[in-house]
Amino acid sequence: MEVTFYIAGAVALISTVMVITRYNIIHALLYLVVSFMALSVVFFILGAPFAAALEIIIYAGAIVVLIIFVIMMLNLKEEAIQQEKRWLTPDVYIGPAILSIILLSELIYIVSMGGSSGELGKIVDVKEVGRSLYGPYILGVELSGMLLMAGIVGAYHLGRQKKKVVHRFLEKIEE
Amino acid sequence: MNELQISSGLLLAGALFMLGLIGVLIRRNIIFMLVCVEIMLNAAGLAFIVAGSKWAQPDGQVMFIFILTMAAAEVSVGLALILQIHHQLKTLDGDAANSMKG
Amino acid sequence: MNLLVTPLLPLLGSFILIVAGSRLPKRMVPLVGAGSVGLSAIATLILGYRFISNSLTSIDITAWQWMDVAGFSPAIAFHLDALSLIFIFVITFVGFLIHVYSAEYMIDDDGYARFFAYLNLFVCSMLTLVLANNLVLLYFGWEGVGLCSYLLIGFWYTEEKNGYAARKAFIVTRVGDTALGIGLFMLFQHFNTLNIQEIATQAPQHWAVGSETAMIVSLLLLGGAVGKSAQLPLQTWLPDAMAGPSPVSALIHAATMVTAGVYLIARTHAIFELAPDALMIVGIVGAATLVMAGFTALTQYDLKRVLAYSTISQIGYMFMALGVSAWSAAIFHFMIHAFFKALLFLAAGAVIHALHNEQDMYKMGGLKKKLPVIYWTFLIGASSLAALPLLTGGFYSKDQILWLSLAGEHGNIWFFLFGLLGAFITSIYTFRMLFLTFFGEEKTHVHHVPGNGINIPLLILAGLSTIGGFIELPHSFGHFTVFSDFLKPVLPSISIQEGFEGIEWMIQLIAAGVAISGVYVAYVFYILKPGLSVELKSSAADLNSFFFSGWGFDALYDKFIVRPFVWIANINKRDIVDQLYEGLVWGANALNRVLAFTQSGILRWYIMGIVIGGILLLALGIVKG
Repeated sequence: MEVTFYIAGAVALISTVMVITRYNIIHALLYLVVSFMALSVVFFILGAPFAAALEIIIYAGAIVVLIIFVIMMLNLKEEAIQQEKRWLTPDVYIGPAILSIILLSELIYIVSMGGSSGELGKIVDVKEVGRSLYGPYILGVELSGMLLMAGIVGAYHLGRQKKKVVHRFLEKIEE
Repeated sequence: MNELQISSGLLLAGALFMLGLIGVLIRRNIIFMLVCVEIMLNAAGLAFIVAGSKWAQPDGQVMFIFILTMAAAEVSVGLALILQIHHQLKTLDGDAANSMKG
Repeated sequence: MNLLVTPLLPLLGSFILIVAGSRLPKRMVPLVGAGSVGLSAIATLILGYRFISNSLTSIDITAWQWMDVAGFSPAIAFHLDALSLIFIFVITFVGFLIHVYSAEYMIDDDGYARFFAYLNLFVCSMLTLVLANNLVLLYFGWEGVGLCSYLLIGFWYTEEKNGYAARKAFIVTRVGDTALGIGLFMLFQHFNTLNIQEIATQAPQHWAVGSETAMIVSLLLLGGAVGKSAQLPLQTWLPDAMAGPSPVSALIHAATMVTAGVYLIARTHAIFELAPDALMIVGIVGAATLVMAGFTALTQYDLKRVLAYSTISQIGYMFMALGVSAWSAAIFHFMIHAFFKALLFLAAGAVIHALHNEQDMYKMGGLKKKLPVIYWTFLIGASSLAALPLLTGGFYSKDQILWLSLAGEHGNIWFFLFGLLGAFITSIYTFRMLFLTFFGEEKTHVHHVPGNGINIPLLILAGLSTIGGFIELPHSFGHFTVFSDFLKPVLPSISIQEGFEGIEWMIQLIAAGVAISGVYVAYVFYILKPGLSVELKSSAADLNSFFFSGWGFDALYDKFIVRPFVWIANINKRDIVDQLYEGLVWGANALNRVLAFTQSGILRWYIMGIVIGGILLLALGIVKG
């Protein structure tokens, strides 16, 4: 059980590193999908089958696909990759790396101080999750619904581009 | 079955979070930044699942569902904004939108 | 009660005009302005009648206790005795006549109500000064007249040179005021009170005659008097003060404010008598000033400036009289001088106004027929100024000063000779002024003849200058000493030195001869042979310009006081306090630049900021436990 956890964790880490260092964005997104799948395995090990399923369906299946659609819509050419090459010079890594290492060490320190060790891996059923959602967390569910609706409306409105509508007789003259 | 320590799960979440953070800070392309934000959100969700698993309660997964919902809404709105930026500024450079400086 | 009313009425008038002056109809403004002073004059008459008929020595009235702090307790209290009665009589009567004159003179001016408000305020301050029973209230009135003088000299403030003249007057008198202030401090230190009567009784007990402290205090008081009365060395402001309207010159710079110094010295005569050296210096100041101003007046061509220097000269006579302890003679000359000098200034103002603001005497002439009333009143005033014998008030007052400066107990031949020289020059420049303005060809035409509002005050003042002299006749004419007897309770009388008694008539003859010969000289130079004066001017051009510039005092002060002061101020422009505030500004700007640097508009910088903040918070959490 542990071994699976460690292997899946390693895969997730490596593929995440690949995500952040690729020049081609589609490559990065593919690595992202791999990372999500690895994490889904980790969720299974941790006894959360519902979460694992949702991770694949929504994260890898919907969100990443949405991003790929937008990229395709943007119609990026070869020069985009060259641009990324120019932007991602080695000296860019220094500052963020230092900061992140400090942050990570702090986190490790806090976690190791924690001292709570418990048995992980007990499976929590979908039924339980459902009962919890529609029980104590019903308000949260309703709010999430409203959030999604706001997201839809917002996305539609913000993505709109005003196009000049020219009468068809005038179209000919423009051309 | 050896016991899986909670610390390993949290460490994994932390490491993923840190990687996402590095990604946000080093990349200039907006879409990359959005992707790295997703990585960070995912890491946070992992931490919640680990906590829920420790107490063997569904609360962790419920929280993860909420995070997921929020991430979905955020990505859609974010992408719409990215489309607008691309349309206005003709570039995907995150540093190009700096007229609020000073 | 009456005594309080006298200064209060002009104050009320001033207040009404300040608050509502622009809203009152134009006919009402002089009614309030002149009316308040007129009522004050009537109150003075009533007071005087009561005073004389009951043979009172003094009337005291206290309005309220001003303050009471560590033994220092001045009060708003007025003390009327013979000296102040004469002063308030002159102030209110001459003031009233000048107000009536201004009603017509200033009628076309936009600041009509403002003018009367300032004039009323001035009359109130002067009355306070003269009636005050303690030196603090006197100083209050002193400053009040200084303020009103500034306001009125710079009345037409839109012209820059008027503002300059007003500032010059204020600053130069301020130098004197500072000396006066220090004198007051020293007096309080010694006597623990500033009540004038108390000081007068305590001073002889504290200080022996000739004591050093008395001398220092007297010199400080003299410093204040010299500033206000425009004597050497602080006389430079008075000629420039002619930038104000003519009624202002008449009231403030001829009749009242400039005599405040004379009043101060007469009031504190008890202190001066304890310091004979200081009195000698007073006399020297007076004598020197009168000769210097006389010579300067001889070379001036602006009508009002001649009169200004003449005022300086005549006040020099009063100071000289004070210097030889001829107290009542000085006050007598003050009263007569107020009459004829106000008359001369008002007449000069009428002439200037009629010639449409032409002030150069060389451009005037032939006004004898065109402005008859003004001519005759001017002639009477000029005769009084030149002290023509027998018929003019000026003769009696100036003659008494000349006599006492020679024969009085502290008299001196030098004072007499200076006074005589001054009388000769006074006569010359006075009649030069008269001949140039009213005789000869008409060089500028008369634009409009003044009306009753101007003529009547001139006539009244002419009458007063003539008959005013008859209340104090010298020995040879019957020794009619109403005036000095009236002042006897307040001002000690002066005795004559031995051996001089018999020659009084000879001195009078000499003085009369000097005056008449001055008229003759002016007649020769300006009527008979006009070319002589031009020749004299060009052959002695340097001397002429030296006299013309007031014996170089303005240039002297400019070089040795004004320039160094401005230089120091320039150097000190960025001193510590300035740098402190500039440093604050600079610091704020630098901080702004630093903080603005963090607002680069680049998204990743902001995220980096959040991360750093997160790290710091976590570190804080770890450290705290």
